[in-house]
Amino acid sequence: MEVKVLTILEDILGANAEKARRNQGRLDKYNILAVNVMSSPGAGKTSLILQTISRLKQKARITVIEGDVASAIDAENIKKQGVAVIQINIPGGCHLDANMIENALNNLPLGDIDLLLIENVGNLICPAEFALGEHKRVMLSSLPEGDDKPYKYPLMFTEADVVLINKIDLLPYLEFNIPAFHKAVTGLNPKAKILPVSCKTGEGLEDWFSWLLDGIGEMKKGGKLHIKTEAKNGT
Amino acid sequence: MHELSITQSILSIALGKASEAQASKVTKINLIIGELSGVVNECVEFYFDLLSKDTIAAQANLSFERTPNKLRCRSCTTVFSPNNLDWACPNCHEAKIEIISGRECYVDSIEVD
Repeated sequence: MEVKVLTILEDILGANAEKARRNQGRLDKYNILAVNVMSSPGAGKTSLILQTISRLKQKARITVIEGDVASAIDAENIKKQGVAVIQINIPGGCHLDANMIENALNNLPLGDIDLLLIENVGNLICPAEFALGEHKRVMLSSLPEGDDKPYKYPLMFTEADVVLINKIDLLPYLEFNIPAFHKAVTGLNPKAKILPVSCKTGEGLEDWFSWLLDGIGEMKKGGKLHIKTEAKNGT
Repeated sequence: MHELSITQSILSIALGKASEAQASKVTKINLIIGELSGVVNECVEFYFDLLSKDTIAAQANLSFERTPNKLRCRSCTTVFSPNNLDWACPNCHEAKIEIISGRECYVDSIEVD
């Protein structure tokens, strides 16, 4: 039989990007600011979210989507703070995708949310490739990980709107070169806002809270935020 | 690390196009995968064998064209391929770069009977 070659040129992640666009459309309709929080395991995503809830829950209606390979430990801690949380467990999975977020959105009271914090699976590789429908991407790096991470996992840093340097209270005990880290991040991503913080002592977190409140305010005004539906520069 | 979802998409794109063309068998899938995409060929092949079983794409040959990582210096516009961790521009030694190639991840074409 004759062999036919069919030209396709289709983005392998195109279906995910399309679903992410639809998720963002739904979030926009309700003026919900969606923030995708990404980091390696143990960098402090959950601590950041808990601090954010504690400080901002009087000012904004917050809901959390919690992605983990297993367990509901983080979700239980968040629930204790009195905000709605959806736990997504992905056995053997390494990232959240737009389909999982769509399912979560189907189960949330969208009219009662100002800020949706999405805690991605702790991983510095895959989450950067999968758009969820979020408006902003936050990359949390922590001092014990070392200052060379932007060179080792460049995509995570090129996609971030904000890069938080967490555990800044450990600076006296660790060899983490903050200027070198700054240089590496701005080299890859000149627009990224870099904020040193400590989720333990609270240092620097006010800047993070104001950045979030600005975003929520902009969303409420119906202002169009920087669209993040494409994970890639395009193929 | 995200090869399972990547492979599911590859299979679904290939089966969709093959069915549109009323093909009876997919014999080859040509993929363009950038070095920076973090996709490991062997993992995709492994998942593909599992997922494509009982479809018309079973035993299709997967061809991977890997596109190299290319960076452009934002200071002096030199285009270069970085060595491992050294992403500094070989010309002006600045580390202000943008990624211009290496993130590709798409199905280029399929061959069908």
